[in-house]
Amino acid sequence: MMSEDAAETKRSLSSRVMVPFAKLLLAACLLAAPIAAQAEDKAAPAAPATAAAHAAPAAAPAAVAAPAAAVAAPATPAAPKNVDPVLNTGDTAWMLVSSALVLFMTPGLALFYGGMVRSKNVLSTMMHSLVAMGIVGVQWVVIGYSLSFGPDLGHGLLGNLSKVLLHGLVTFGKDGLPVYALFQNVPTEPGAIPEFVFSMYQCMFAMITVALVSGALAERVKFSAYCIFVLAWTTLVYDPLAHWVWMSDGWLAKMGALDFAGGTVVHLSSGFSALVILYFLGKRRGFPNERMAPHSLPLTLIGVGILWFGWFGFNAGSAIVGPNCSDASGGLAGLAFTTTMVAPAMAGLTWMIAEWIHAGKPSALGFGSGVVAGLVIITPAAGFVQPGAAIIMGIIGGLVCYGGVMMKAKLSYDDSLDAFGVHGIGGTTGAILTGVFATVGATGLTSGNVKQLVTQLVAVGSAAAYAVVLTFVIGFVIHKTIGFRVEKEDEIMGLDQTQHSESAYN
Amino acid sequence: MKLIEAIIKPFKLDEVKDALNEIGIEGITVSEVKGFGRQKGHTELYRGAEYVVDFIPKVKIEIAVADELVAKVVNAIEQTAKTGRIGDGKIFVMPLDDAVRIRTGEKGDEAI
Repeated sequence: MMSEDAAETKRSLSSRVMVPFAKLLLAACLLAAPIAAQAEDKAAPAAPATAAAHAAPAAAPAAVAAPAAAVAAPATPAAPKNVDPVLNTGDTAWMLVSSALVLFMTPGLALFYGGMVRSKNVLSTMMHSLVAMGIVGVQWVVIGYSLSFGPDLGHGLLGNLSKVLLHGLVTFGKDGLPVYALFQNVPTEPGAIPEFVFSMYQCMFAMITVALVSGALAERVKFSAYCIFVLAWTTLVYDPLAHWVWMSDGWLAKMGALDFAGGTVVHLSSGFSALVILYFLGKRRGFPNERMAPHSLPLTLIGVGILWFGWFGFNAGSAIVGPNCSDASGGLAGLAFTTTMVAPAMAGLTWMIAEWIHAGKPSALGFGSGVVAGLVIITPAAGFVQPGAAIIMGIIGGLVCYGGVMMKAKLSYDDSLDAFGVHGIGGTTGAILTGVFATVGATGLTSGNVKQLVTQLVAVGSAAAYAVVLTFVIGFVIHKTIGFRVEKEDEIMGLDQTQHSESAYN
Repeated sequence: MKLIEAIIKPFKLDEVKDALNEIGIEGITVSEVKGFGRQKGHTELYRGAEYVVDFIPKVKIEIAVADELVAKVVNAIEQTAKTGRIGDGKIFVMPLDDAVRIRTGEKGDEAI
């Protein structure tokens, strides 16, 4: 059924593209053949910025070449012309809302994780998420945004420091009135939003990513060590990865790696990093013999709901950086919204049924975990796959993450709240499957594009390797200096009392 | 005077209390307790981590009664707390030397 769907899409896509394309070619030949031919000689099609300067105005509507998807750009004599950005208020409104939605995910994560720990550690666990909002919120404005989305330092590895303190996002004209810099995703289309909005949207991603790692460290990590880790990890691991994948001149973006909303940058990176920190941190005292059951699953399930709610901003909002997409609140956002609804629904059911068969009962925690697994797996694919493929990805996500969590029980490493089992494994699977099921704006294996799958594997491998190595260095330094773990007595008393002098339930 | 102590299933507490009210008992003490008997515990499973819950929640009722009421009280508890399934609980009857009503200083049967 899928291959039929895919083929149909391919056909309709090609007919949609081909007709205007033929018209365009004709127009270009008649009006601008000499200049265009010259342009073709001078510039490669992958560099539309130079080619476009010479092209005829008639070429403008054909927005085919975008930095994030160089694959899609066919060689044409009439390269599209770059246009000045124009503020789109509808897109801006949606991105403001999206940013707030993504911010809300972090307190959602705090509830999700907080419910799963013992009652003596609930405040410390929730604090891990909340303090990340504080630390990353400041780090992002001071340096993070510039490192991630500033102009490239070279080789697509890191941004420079020209946007430190969000410098240049507001300037003042001759009349003294403020001029706000605009973020334009497709240089050949005018659609743009204020760069302030774009930078805040991206800020929320940075906040939640490092908070995801905390799930592996819960119930035993020293708060001071955690704070240092948050700052170091966001600066040294997250910011470069975001640059690689989402900045138009990042090296993975140029290579054509697909990551719609953060399968590699957010989930894979946090999951693998969690595993590395576990190497230094060790197991909780008493694991796995002592009873460490979740103290309040209702909190966890409310957290699932808030995460899902916020995830619509995370995924549908990511249309702002979608390949060839100049409308942040258009059809692509609608598609991403749809896949973000159906994949987690399917994954929740899959986990529930798998558990029902395998362990005897369909648990509430199991359904909730499945929903999160589905959200994770659809994240890199949200705007690249169609709803049918999203359902299949939901099934795979539910099964793979259920397996990942069961594997933990077998191998008895102590990833307290399954940061690796869900985000590491789910993020990796999702990023790879994007290269299999992509049909919208890119093609994957099911559309006969083997190269995309290889590109995805390279992206997954390099992002994982980078995250593992850098996190190992950060972990080693913290381990050798202040140490990751609280004292034995403090761990037994609980982190709420010993790290924060509070208790959750009085 | 006797002290009657009954361990019952928590959801039976209201029925037992009503039955005791009917036969004229004017005061009981209730506490939430945990323990095991022949019912044993059960297992809970969270994301593949299995925990055996050894101690099951029960409710303990304590009633001090005059000798002539003991049979009625024991009978009332037995009838109302019974489900017929394992884990219904136990009733213990033990001698009680004295009782004092703190407010008035009354002693013995008058105090209960």
